[in-house]
Amino acid sequence: MESNVKAETPARPWASDVFAALKRLQIEQVAFVPDAGHTQLILECHKDPSIQAVSLTTEQEGVAMLAGAWLGGQRGALLMQSSGAGNCMNMLSLAQECRFPMLILVTMRGEWGEFNPWQIAMGQSTGKLLEASGCVVQRVDHAGEVAEVVFAGGQMSFSTNRPVAILMGQRIIGFKDWSK
Amino acid sequence: MGSLAEHVSTGSLDRREVIKAILDKRGDALVVTGLGSSCYDAGVYDHPNTFYLWGAMGAAAMVGLGLALAQPKRRVVVVTGDGEMLMGLGALATIGAQKPSNLAILVMDNELYAETGMQPTHTARGVDLAGMAKSAGFAVSETVHTQADLDRAIGALYGTSSPVFIDVKVSNKRYPMSIRMRDGAHIKNRFRENLLGSKAFD
Repeated sequence: MESNVKAETPARPWASDVFAALKRLQIEQVAFVPDAGHTQLILECHKDPSIQAVSLTTEQEGVAMLAGAWLGGQRGALLMQSSGAGNCMNMLSLAQECRFPMLILVTMRGEWGEFNPWQIAMGQSTGKLLEASGCVVQRVDHAGEVAEVVFAGGQMSFSTNRPVAILMGQRIIGFKDWSK
Repeated sequence: MGSLAEHVSTGSLDRREVIKAILDKRGDALVVTGLGSSCYDAGVYDHPNTFYLWGAMGAAAMVGLGLALAQPKRRVVVVTGDGEMLMGLGALATIGAQKPSNLAILVMDNELYAETGMQPTHTARGVDLAGMAKSAGFAVSETVHTQADLDRAIGALYGTSSPVFIDVKVSNKRYPMSIRMRDGAHIKNRFRENLLGSKAFD
C-alpha cells in the first residue's frame, strides 16, 4: 500500500435512507456533535426547512435539548460519535426518570479496524454505558439494514417513551487504512 | 480574596420576592427550572406550565432551547441557579449561535452551592455569567443588583425578540423546600397534557 491515512469521506449510500427514516418518524429537531459518519445526514437535515438542526458544544446538551423538544410536542434525534457517549451519562438521568423519548444515532469508533488507540476506551464501553444509563441499545452492522433499524428504533422510542440508541458499526461507517 | 470558606453573597435581593415578581408576569409563558433552590422557588407558585428539574444538573438552559424551538410562539423562561448554569456553560454558546427569538434565561445568583453546604461558586470569585452570555451572542445580557434594575429586566425577559440572559444577585438566605411533586414522568406528562391537550398521548 502506498497511501497514508485516507482523509476522504467514503460514499455511504445508506445515509439518505437514514434521512428518509427520520422524516418518516416525523423528527423535527436534530442535535449533533459532528462525526464523519454523519456528514451526509447532517447536510440533509440542514437543507430541510421542517427540521431544526442544532450544532452542540457537547453531546449532553443534546439530551437536554431533545427533552425540551418533547415537552413542546416535537420529536428529536441526537447524532454523535461513540467518543461522545460518556458525556451523556448524567443527562440521560433526565430521559430515564422522566421517560423522555429520543432517538440516539451513534457512529462507532474503537472497534472494526480502529487505528487510533484513544478511541478504544469509549468505543468498547459505549453500549454498556448507554444501557446503564437507561437506553434501549440496538446495533446495526450491515449497510442494507441501517434505515430499517433506525426506523424501528425510532418507533420504539416514540411509542414507548424511552431513549433508544442505535449503534452504527464502524464496519459500515468506513475503514481508515492506516498502513504506510 | 482569601479562602472564601464562609462566603456571604454580594447580592441583597430576596430570591422568593424575585421569583414572585417574575412569575406574576408569566402570562402564557413556559417555565423550566434548574434543580435545587430555583425549583423550590418556582414551586411556591406551582403551575402546569412549569417543568421542574430535580436533577440532571446543567440541563436547564438546553431544555429551554429545545422547548423554545418546538414552541416558537410561546415565551420560554429558564430559571436556574449559578451553580447549575456553570455546569452547562456550553449551552450559552449553543443558544448564542442558534439565536432563538423566544428564550430567556434568568439566573438566581447567590454565589453559592446552597444545597450542598453553601460552598462558593465561581461567581463568588468574580466570574461574570452575564458577560459570558453577552460574549456568546445574547443580545440582552445584564446583571441585576437592585429592585429597580429587576423591574426593568423583567420587561426585557418577556419582551425581547432575541435571547435574553439576566443574572440576578440574590442574598444567601435559604428557604425550605416548597413543592413536593418530584416524579419526573408525572411532571413531564402534566406539562405536556396542559400544553398539547390530547396530542400529548398520540
